[in-house]
Amino acid sequence: MMNHTGASATGSSSGSGDGANPRRNSKRPKYSKFTQQELPACKPILTPQWVISVFILVGVIFVPIGVAALLASNNVVEIVDRYDAACVPNNMTNDKLSYIQNKTISKTCTRVLTVPKDMNQPIYVYYQLDNFYQNHRRYVKSRNDQQLRDSSKANETNYCDPEKTTPDGSPIVPCGLIAWSLFNDTYSFTRGNKNLTVNKKDISWKSDRDHKFGKDVFPKNFQNGTLIGGGKLDPNKSLSEQEDLIVWMRTAALPTFRKFYGRIEVDLKENDTITVTLENNYNTYSFNGKKKLVLSTSSWLGGKNDFLGIAYLTVGGLCFFLATSFTIVYLIKPRKLGDPSYLSWNRNPSGR
Amino acid sequence: MKRIVYINDESCQDLYCDNRVSNRKYTLLNFLPKNLWEQFRRFMNQYFLLIACLQLWSLITPVNPASTWGPLIIIFAVSATKEAWDDYNRYLSDKQANEKEVWVVKNGVRKHIQAQDICVGNVVWLRENDEVPCDLVLIGTSEPQGTCYVETAALDGETDLKTRVIPPTCVGLDSEQLHRIKGVIECPNPDKDIRRFVANMRLFPPFIDNDICPLTINNTLLQSCYLRNTEWACGVAVYTGNETKLGMSRGIPEPKLTAMDAMIDKLTGAIFLFQIVVVVVLGFAGNVWKDTEARKQWYVKYPEEGPWYELLVIPLRFELLCSIMIPISIKVSLDLMKSLYAKFIDWDEDMFDAETKTPAHAANTAISEDLGQVEYILTDKTGTLTENRMIFKRCCINGIFFGNESGDALEDVELLNAVANNIPHVIRFLTVMTLCNTVIPIKSKSGAISYKAQSQDEDALVKAAAQLHMVLIGKNGNIIVEVFAEINFNGSILQYEVLDILEFTSDRKRMSMVVKDCQTGKIFLLSKGADEAIFPCSNSGQQIRTFMDAVEQYAQLGLRTLCLGWRELKEDEYIEWSHMFKEASSTLVDREWRLAEVCQRLEHDLEILGVTAIEDRLQDGVPETIEILRKAGINFWMLTGDKQSTAIQIALLCNFISSEPKGQLLFINGKTEDEVARSLERVLLTMRITTSEPKELAFVVDGWALEIILKQYKEAFTELAILSRTAICCRVTPSQKAQLVELLKSCDYRTLAIGDGGNDVRMIQQADIGVGISGREGLQAARAADYSIGKFRFLKRLILVHGRYSYNRTAFLSQYSFYKSLLICFIQIIFSFLSGISGTSLFNSVSLMAYNVFYTSIPVLTVVLDKDLSERTVMQHPQILIYCQAGRLLNPSTFAGWFGRSVYHAIVVFLITIHAYADEKSEMEELSMVALSGCIWLQAFVVTLEMNSFTILQILAIWGNFVAFYVINFIVSSIPSAGMYTIMFRLCTQPSYWITMVLIVALGMGPVLALRYFRYTYRPSAINILQQAERSRGPIYSLGMLESQLKSVEKDVASLSINQPKSRSSVYEPLLSDSPTATRRSIGPSAFDFFQSMPSRISSSYMRNCKDN
Repeated sequence: MMNHTGASATGSSSGSGDGANPRRNSKRPKYSKFTQQELPACKPILTPQWVISVFILVGVIFVPIGVAALLASNNVVEIVDRYDAACVPNNMTNDKLSYIQNKTISKTCTRVLTVPKDMNQPIYVYYQLDNFYQNHRRYVKSRNDQQLRDSSKANETNYCDPEKTTPDGSPIVPCGLIAWSLFNDTYSFTRGNKNLTVNKKDISWKSDRDHKFGKDVFPKNFQNGTLIGGGKLDPNKSLSEQEDLIVWMRTAALPTFRKFYGRIEVDLKENDTITVTLENNYNTYSFNGKKKLVLSTSSWLGGKNDFLGIAYLTVGGLCFFLATSFTIVYLIKPRKLGDPSYLSWNRNPSGR
Repeated sequence: MKRIVYINDESCQDLYCDNRVSNRKYTLLNFLPKNLWEQFRRFMNQYFLLIACLQLWSLITPVNPASTWGPLIIIFAVSATKEAWDDYNRYLSDKQANEKEVWVVKNGVRKHIQAQDICVGNVVWLRENDEVPCDLVLIGTSEPQGTCYVETAALDGETDLKTRVIPPTCVGLDSEQLHRIKGVIECPNPDKDIRRFVANMRLFPPFIDNDICPLTINNTLLQSCYLRNTEWACGVAVYTGNETKLGMSRGIPEPKLTAMDAMIDKLTGAIFLFQIVVVVVLGFAGNVWKDTEARKQWYVKYPEEGPWYELLVIPLRFELLCSIMIPISIKVSLDLMKSLYAKFIDWDEDMFDAETKTPAHAANTAISEDLGQVEYILTDKTGTLTENRMIFKRCCINGIFFGNESGDALEDVELLNAVANNIPHVIRFLTVMTLCNTVIPIKSKSGAISYKAQSQDEDALVKAAAQLHMVLIGKNGNIIVEVFAEINFNGSILQYEVLDILEFTSDRKRMSMVVKDCQTGKIFLLSKGADEAIFPCSNSGQQIRTFMDAVEQYAQLGLRTLCLGWRELKEDEYIEWSHMFKEASSTLVDREWRLAEVCQRLEHDLEILGVTAIEDRLQDGVPETIEILRKAGINFWMLTGDKQSTAIQIALLCNFISSEPKGQLLFINGKTEDEVARSLERVLLTMRITTSEPKELAFVVDGWALEIILKQYKEAFTELAILSRTAICCRVTPSQKAQLVELLKSCDYRTLAIGDGGNDVRMIQQADIGVGISGREGLQAARAADYSIGKFRFLKRLILVHGRYSYNRTAFLSQYSFYKSLLICFIQIIFSFLSGISGTSLFNSVSLMAYNVFYTSIPVLTVVLDKDLSERTVMQHPQILIYCQAGRLLNPSTFAGWFGRSVYHAIVVFLITIHAYADEKSEMEELSMVALSGCIWLQAFVVTLEMNSFTILQILAIWGNFVAFYVINFIVSSIPSAGMYTIMFRLCTQPSYWITMVLIVALGMGPVLALRYFRYTYRPSAINILQQAERSRGPIYSLGMLESQLKSVEKDVASLSINQPKSRSSVYEPLLSDSPTATRRSIGPSAFDFFQSMPSRISSSYMRNCKDN
C-alpha cells in the first residue's frame, strides 16, 4: 500500500545539519612525512665547540674588515668650514636675524681654507646643515610628486600645504614647503688667482632627473608670495635641469645632513690655500642652525666615516674575548652535555 | 506548560510553528550587519577599526591608510566568507530536509507534501528506511503487534535498533481507520530531553476507548531517526520544525578559550597600556617641542593660531605610529596554526584505531594548546579504561562456584554437566539470564540469530546462556504489553509471555520482568541487578552469605557482578499490582518516582539464584598510558557509576593507584551527614600530614557521600581535591561528574574529561577539554567532545605529543609576533626624537605593511613543524610536560625577555644605521630601507636561533623569505612612480650597505647567542638537557644521510639485538618499546636509539662499520 514513495529515501541522505557520518569514509589517514610530522630535520644544538668557533670565526672576519674600513676612512681628506657665524658682520652678531632678513645688506663673504693633505680629484663639495629638520612631519610630506613629473598636472597640489597656491589661487609649481625652502647659498672657489670651477652637472640622481622631475615642467608662481622662503628658480629651465632643487628635494632623514653642491675636478696639493667667496643667503639663524662648507674626497666606503671601522674592530675584539672566556670556562668547569642526572626529577624522585 | 495536540484537526494547526527546519545563523539581509557585529565584539578588531578610521584623517596619518585597511579588510573578509560558506551549507542541508517529500493525511486523504509543510496534529506516514521528518507519536505500524524498529544513530549515536510500540488505545486500527482518526494528545512543551516523553492520549469517537492512555518515549518516533525492518509506520506530529527534541538540543556551544589565549589577551592588554603611555608621553613632548622649537623653524611654517584640535594632532599621530605594536597578523597566524594542529591530530596515523577503523578527530580546532596544559584528567571507567566488551566469565549458582579453576564458566565441565542434567537451580538461573533483559533477537534469513542489545552486560548474558543451550530465539509482541519470548532449550521450545517490564533506572539499579510460563500458566517475577539492589529484596529465610562472598570475590578480580533472583507470583497478587502499575505509568507528574515505588512493592522476597561475573577487559596500553601521564604530573580522577570494589580493582589493575604499602586508600563514606563529615575530616587530616611523604594517597568516595559533601562541605572537599593527586569516585551520576569537573575548574585547574558514553556527555562539555572515545556505547560522547579518539591509550600521544608541541609552537609564535612588531615600532619611536617629535614615519606604507604581513609572518609560520624534542624522548621523559602545564614558555617574564630583545634590537638597528648612513648618505628613502633590511636580517637569524629543528620547509621559508625580501624590493625599486625607485639597486651596489647589515646581525645576535649558550650549558632547563642527551646519543643527522643511515642500522641492529637481548630493558623503559604507538617506527629509530645508548665502545665501533658500508 505504500508503494508510491519513489525509492527516494533509502536511508542514504542523512538529513539535517551535522555531518552524516562522523567516522569519515577516508578512514585511515593518508601517510606522508608531512602529515605525520616526520619530515627529516636537523637539530643543531649549541655545543661549546660550535659556539666558540662561531665567535672566533666572526672575530677573524671582522677585524680585517674593520682595519680596511678604518684605513679607507683615514685616506679620505676632508675640509669642513663652518661659516654661518663668521659671515655675520661684526656689528650685527647680536642680531643675526635682522642681518639675514635685511635684503639691502650684502651677503657676500670670503673664507680662506687650507688643504691639509693632497686631495685627488674629483673633490666633492657639500654644504652641511645642522639642526635642520628636513624630516619634520609637516615638511617631509609637503610636496606633490605628480606635479613635479607631469606638466599637465600642474594643478595637483595635494599635500602641499601650506605652499599650495598663490593668494589668488593659481597653483605654485613646484609646490610645497620643501621646494619653497630651497637652499640658496652659493660658493665659488679660487686657488691663488685661478678660479676653481665647480662642476654642478650630474650632482643629482640620474633616476630623479629622468623619472621624477619632468623635462617639460617649468617653475610657475614660485616664490611669488609675500613670504620668501629660500632660493628662486629660473622659470625658463625645466625642473629636470634644476639640479640643486632635485638634490634638495631628496629629503634627509636626519637633522644633520650634507647635500651635494658640485665637483672640483682638479687635484689639490697639501697646503694650498683656497679662497671661497660665498653668498650667505640662507636663514639658519632663526633656529640656531649651523651651515658648513665641506670639501671631501671619497673612498670605496664613501666619505670620511670612522664608525664602521671602529665598530667592526670592537665587535671583532669582543668576539675574541667571548670565545676565549667561553673556552676558559669550558676548560675549568667542563660540563657533560645531556647528562640525565641533571634532570630535576632524577635528582628528586618524589617529584614536584 | 502543556501543549494540546488535536489529531487530524485542520482548524487548530496554526498554534505551533510549521516543520521548517532552520539551522541558519544569518539571512541574506542580516548577514553583513550581524556578522560585522559579531566580529567587532572582539577587542582586537575594535582596536584595528579605530586605528584604520583614524588613518583616514590625512593630517595625522603617518602612512597610507591602505596599510591598515588592506589587512583589516582581508581578515574580515576571510572570516566572513568562512561564516557565509558554513551558513550556506547549513541552508542547503536545511533545504534538502525541508523539501523532502512526505506522505501526510489531509482532510482524510493521503497527500504527498514537502516536509516543511507538516503541521502539528498531522498524521505522517513513513515507509521502511524513511527518515522521520518531525517528532511523532506512533499510532500504527505494519506489524500486527504494533511495534516498529528505529535507528537513532543521528540522535544519540547508538547504532543498535530500538523498538518502538504504538500506545495500547491504537492497537488494532487498520490503515483506513488511521486515516480518519481523531483525538487529542496532551504533551509537555518542547524540551531537549531525548530520553523522556511524558504525555497522554485520548481518542475521540468512534475510537472510543475513553481511557487516558499514557505515552512514553517508547511511543515516539523522533526527528532524524530512521525506520528500519518495518514496512510502514504512521504517527501524529507533536513537535515540528525547530521545536523538535533534536532541534531543541541543537545549538552552538560556547566557544572555549584556552589558557594560552587568555594569556595572550592579557599581554595584548599590557602592550595596549604601554602604547597609551608612550603616546601620552611622546604627544606631550611633541607639543612642547612644537611650541618651543618648531615655531622657530621657519621652513616648517607652523601657523600662529591652530585649530581647536591642534593639541591632539601629535598624540594621535603617535597613536597611529605605535598602532603596529599590536600585530594585526597575530590573529590570522594563530588561527592558521591552530587549524594545522587540529589537522595533524586528524592525520596522525599513530592515533588511528585499526580495530574500529576510527582515526582521531579534532572537532574543536581552537584548543590544542590546552592539551599541553592539562593538570587533571577525569576519566570514566567502563568503555574508557576498559574495552566495554563484556564476556561472561564466572558464576555462582546456589552457592556453587563455576569457572573458578579454568577462569571461564562456559568451559567448566561441572556447569555443562549440571545443564545437561537439568539441575533445577541451574535451569532457573539460565532462564533468568535469557529472559530478564531487553535484548531483541533478530533472525536473519539464513536462520542465524543475532542480538541487538542496549546494554553490553545483557548481551553477554544472553550470549552465554545461548552457549549453554538456552537460546533466546525470538520475541514476538502479539499485543503491545504482552510479549512472547521463545526459548529453545535443548531442542525443545519454551514459550513465555512477558507481562510487564519493570525497567532499569540508575536509581533502582535493577530491572525485573513479570513473565507467564505458557505451559504451566505460572507467573514469575524475574529480577536482575546490582548486589546492593537485589540482596535487600531477598527472601529473609535464604542464606545469602555465599552470594555475598561471591560478589566480593568477583569484585576483587575486577569483574562486574550481577545478581539474579526470582519469585513465583500468585495470580491475584499480580492482578492487584498490575492495576497499580498501569495507573502509575499513566501519571504525568513524577511518573518515574511513582513507578519506582510501585515496582518496589513487587520486588521482595526474591529467591536469589546466583551471581554472574562478567569480565570487562582493560583496553590495551591503559596502565602504561596512565603511568606515563601521571609521571607527566597529571592527576587522575576516576569517575564511575560502578561499585566501589570493582572500581578500586580496576584502578589497581591500571596503575591508577598503588597497592599497600606504597599507596594508601582513604575512604570517605557514611550514610548520614555526620558520618560523612567525620570521615571527610579524617581523610583531610591524613592527607595534610602525609603530603610530605613519598606515599601515594588516593581517596575514594561514593555517590551518596559525594552528594552530601558537594552540598555542605564544599570547601573542605576543595582542599582535599587540591591535596590529592588521585581520587576514585564511584556510584556517581552524570550530573555529579559534571559537578566535580566544575569544582576542579573553579580551583583554576585545567581539566580534561574523557569518556565514551552518554552519561559522560555533561562532564565532557563542562571540562576545559572534552575527549570522547568513539566506543561501543555509541558516538554520543565523541560528538559532544572536542577531540575524539579510538582508544584510551591514544590519550598520551594526544597530550604529550600534540598538546605539548602545540603549546610550544604557539608560545613561540605569539611572542615572536609581538617582538617583531615592537622592533619596528621602537625604531619609529627612536626616530621620532630625531625628527622633531613630529610623528614622521621612517618607513613607507608599503614596507610597513609588507613587513607585518609577509616578511615576518611567513617564515615564522613554519614553526608549526618545529619539534624541540623528538616524540620518543617526550614519551620517555613525560615529566617535561611541566614546562607546558606551568606555562613556563609563555608568561609575563618570558614575554619581558622578548620585549627587552626588541628594544635592544631596535637600538642596534637604528644606531648603526644612522651612524653608517650619516652626513651625505642620510637620504630618507635609503636610510629607511637600510633600517628595514637590518630588521629583516635580524628576524631571519632570530627565527633560526629560536627554532629547534629544521626541516627543508623551514629552511626554505626562512631563507626563501629572505631572498623574497630582496626580490620584492628590487621589483618595487624598478617602478619609476614608486617612492623608492632605484633605492634598492643603489643600496646593493654599495659595499657599506652589506657591511652595515653584517654589523647589525653580529651586534644584534652576538649577545643573544652568548646568553643563550651560557644558559644552555650552565643553567640548562630540562628541555635543554634532553635535547643534548638526544643529540649525544645519536650521530649528526643531516638531511640526506639520515635515511641511508637508518637503513644500515636496521641490518646491524638485527644481529646485535640477538647477541644482547637483555640490555634493552635495562636501558629503556620497556613499556615504550612494547607500546603499540611505537610499532611502526620500532624497527627504525627506536632500535637505533637503543643501539646508540649502548656503551660507547660498541657504538663507536659500530659507527665505523657504518661508514665502511
